Amino acid sequence: MADTASQMAPTTARDMTGPHGPKPRRALSGRNIMIYGTLIVVSIYYLLPLYVMIVTSLKGMPEIRMGNIFAPPMEITFEPWVKAWSEACTGLNCDGLSRGFWNSVRITVPSVIVSIAIASVNGYALANWKFKGADIFFTILIFGAFIPYQVMLYPIVILLREMGLYGSLTGLVIVHSIFGMPILTLLFRNYFTSLPEELFKAARVDGAGFWGIYFQIMLPMSLPIFVVAMILQVTGIWNDFLFGVVYTKPDLYPMTVQLNNIVNSVQGVKEYNVNMAATILTGLVPLIIYFVSGRLFVRGIAAGAVKG
Amino acid sequence: MATGKPIRLFRNLSSKIAAIPMILTVLFVFVGGTAWTVTYSFTSSKLLPKTKFVGLRQYERLWETERWLVSIENLMIYGLCSMVLSLLIGFILAALLDQKIRFENTFRSIMLYPFALSFIVTGLVWQWLLNPDFGIQKIINGLGFTSFEFNPLYNSDIVIYGVLIAGLWQGSGLVMVLMLAGLRGIDQDIWKASRVDGIPAWKTYLFIIIPMMRPVFITTLVLIASGIVKLYDLIVAQTGGGPGIASEVPAKYVYDYMFQGQNLGQGFAASTMMLLAVLIVIIPWAYLEFGGKKRG
Amino acid sequence: MNKLKSLLCGTAICAAGAVSAADLEVTHWWTSGGEAAAVAEFAREFQEQTEHKWIDGAIAGGGGTARPVMVSRIIGGDPMGAFQFNHGRQAEELIEAGLLRDMTHVAEAEGWKDIVNPPSLLDACTLDGKIYCAPVNIHSWQWLWLSNKVFEDAGLAVPTNWDEFVAAAPKLREMGVQPMALGGQSWQSSGAFNVLMATLAGPEILQKIYGDGDADLAGGEEMARVFKAAEDMRDMVQGSNVQDWNQATNLVITDKAGGQIMGDWAQGEFAVAGEVAGEDYTCLPGLGVHEVISTGGDAFYFPVTNDPEIEAAQDALAATLLKPTTQVSFNLKKGSLPVRADVDLAAANDCMKKGLEILASGNIMPDVNMLNTEDTNNQLNDLFVQFFQDTSISAADAQARFVSIVEDKD
Repeated sequence: MADTASQMAPTTARDMTGPHGPKPRRALSGRNIMIYGTLIVVSIYYLLPLYVMIVTSLKGMPEIRMGNIFAPPMEITFEPWVKAWSEACTGLNCDGLSRGFWNSVRITVPSVIVSIAIASVNGYALANWKFKGADIFFTILIFGAFIPYQVMLYPIVILLREMGLYGSLTGLVIVHSIFGMPILTLLFRNYFTSLPEELFKAARVDGAGFWGIYFQIMLPMSLPIFVVAMILQVTGIWNDFLFGVVYTKPDLYPMTVQLNNIVNSVQGVKEYNVNMAATILTGLVPLIIYFVSGRLFVRGIAAGAVKG
Repeated sequence: MATGKPIRLFRNLSSKIAAIPMILTVLFVFVGGTAWTVTYSFTSSKLLPKTKFVGLRQYERLWETERWLVSIENLMIYGLCSMVLSLLIGFILAALLDQKIRFENTFRSIMLYPFALSFIVTGLVWQWLLNPDFGIQKIINGLGFTSFEFNPLYNSDIVIYGVLIAGLWQGSGLVMVLMLAGLRGIDQDIWKASRVDGIPAWKTYLFIIIPMMRPVFITTLVLIASGIVKLYDLIVAQTGGGPGIASEVPAKYVYDYMFQGQNLGQGFAASTMMLLAVLIVIIPWAYLEFGGKKRG
Repeated sequence: MNKLKSLLCGTAICAAGAVSAADLEVTHWWTSGGEAAAVAEFAREFQEQTEHKWIDGAIAGGGGTARPVMVSRIIGGDPMGAFQFNHGRQAEELIEAGLLRDMTHVAEAEGWKDIVNPPSLLDACTLDGKIYCAPVNIHSWQWLWLSNKVFEDAGLAVPTNWDEFVAAAPKLREMGVQPMALGGQSWQSSGAFNVLMATLAGPEILQKIYGDGDADLAGGEEMARVFKAAEDMRDMVQGSNVQDWNQATNLVITDKAGGQIMGDWAQGEFAVAGEVAGEDYTCLPGLGVHEVISTGGDAFYFPVTNDPEIEAAQDALAATLLKPTTQVSFNLKKGSLPVRADVDLAAANDCMKKGLEILASGNIMPDVNMLNTEDTNNQLNDLFVQFFQDTSISAADAQARFVSIVEDKD
């Protein structure tokens, strides 16, 4: 009963070509109208805030004060975008979001790669090469997913200080890897468990070892789960403010530090249009990755099926 | 599982080496950090951690604080609604997208994109949309429905549901994607068989498909639940805990007392209570998940 | 020469500059328009008067966000050169842990003891006879800001004290104007209450309750009157759906609300909106009841680095911060009062001059930050934000909870 994971394993990889639901009938059936109707209504709920953000970011402040946040701009202006990208000030540095952009890239790329590499190997070890005590470590790891970050702030400062990594990029990459580990490991473990066990056994018979099986058999079959992991990590790390600011120095501060300043400015008039432009600009990188990887996601599933 | 019988420590050695980062993280960060937190929750640490022990005083104070009680109540309401609704919405949307429809890519992207935005942004946008003076209420009033009232953010009784709307907007897309991945992993033959037997689609979903997707549901549940426990940014951006203290949550209590109030001891006591609650949920789960497997 | 140097410092050339010059990283949470302009004055003076370079490490979001960053950097063993705190009891522990530098030698060389006015500012920087921080300005809380137009439209005279304001409230309600604005963030609620307490009950009582933890007084008759006034205020603020303090101030500026209790930093908002004190708005120090101002403010602290170059730069910065020219240019931008009485603030506006007069007359009280720990302040925040938003809590209940906070405070 507890082993449903391996029960479903043989079926998983055999046929993952595409949508599976009950077969659709004619094009304009009542059923189709219902499906598309629902999806369109739901899409409006998801799109409304984006619409408001974009429309607002294109308005001037006088127009915003007039009040209708849904009205399209009467006079389109790109000034808020320019201001958000290159003019908004953080303290004395008035170069907008552009200041932190490359830092965010420098932080996100290694953190995503390292955290996913560690977690995928972990998940693989836990799924296929279970050692004594592995379950206990895994349970504690899952427990770690529930610890509020703030609580770990000072202990990690002390740990990094003792390792001599406090304030460095390496230190920050480690921190992101640590906090990404619980969920990612769970994700990979579940995925690898669901792959057909016969494959693994056949490779063992052929004499392949731990790393051989990982690189030659598991990795090529795991594109979809890597995409999901990447989506999670890119979002989390790109949008992170707290770790970036607590564990590094100003010359490494990510873009969110400037975003935080633009959005959280305690004094002065709130420039909603600049806020919104800054928000969209900051979200652009994860957004692009989503739109690109959304396709990979489906293709990855198809690719997995061919191998199986 | 292993072949031959070398010394126990070296059995499965590669696997153990590969797991070293995990083992270190678990021991030093999660176990070590938790022990550290629990220890200092019995002290009167203020700005810096200090070992001046005061017994259970921090806990006594915690449970006498109205804000903490309100925080817990809010978390229960938010957690329950968010868990049920995001699973429900995520699954239904995934099932709809799995009907061989056109524009699947577009719909999926639309539902997933909010997840790319941080909670700070989500909170800010929804604070705006729900503002009675220029948000949704104003627009609908302007359409002639003058008695329409939808003002969750400035009403203590329902403010947490206003936060829920924003939270679901941000997170349900990811649940949908996970569910979709799960559905795509189901064998086509199952559907064929159920059609041959004349079982209605909803029954097939409920009694055959969902039980087969157990690992996906577990992953999703952990993901949602850990997000709920850590709920903080969204509240700060959307309501700031208000009106009054009506939308406070435990993680915000922890943060505010640790850093704003400079009372680390109180913050640690609150987080220890949070961890305790998580343990109570996780231990039975781990027992079911692993305890059964060894024997079965 | 120095001008040239600071010009060059704007580019990368500065890095290759003189050996004795050091880069001093300064962390602060002054990021809004006026605040940033004020900090820029510090940076300019620092780079003109000394050979060192100011590296700006601004973190927005106020103390709650910036403080963990500062403390982490310090205990992480990689401290910044200097950082801003509200002085008072916030930095006590860092000093006790030996993490902050003793700046007494600078204070003595510059004669701070003779120039800092009021002397209590320097006392707040002093622990065991040693001076650890450089106070840079005075901010006071005890101000009531009123929109003249709102009262004219209502056919009423602009109130001259709190009671007249309360009496005018029903008329304003009738006209559909919000009588009083209050932002939803908790510090604004407790701040306003502390102002009521300092003015209606008097600064001595506030000092006894917060300073000495006098719980009997906290539960006594005078405080009951203050709570009654807070109840009046609660009726007056119902319906102001704003979060940030400056959004609340904006309601007064745009004549949508009659008034607001807020510190002297609100003045900057009126100035930015082009309003003139006395014509468009009225400021009542001490709510027109008891003219007193609290002498809270900001101060800079200097972590221990054991790096002689950084130490030289720290000394130079500390000295620069209190120089007369720096004090004038900074405080005019910040809207706060200078920490020394011997500078000329001819450019100050009416309200600021009122503040200066009260300061000169000696009607001052310590800031709540100097009496309470942040922990106590946080508890007061929780109590009063709830009280001002939730009409079901009676004044008596709130007072009982107030007493228990005072009893527990240390």
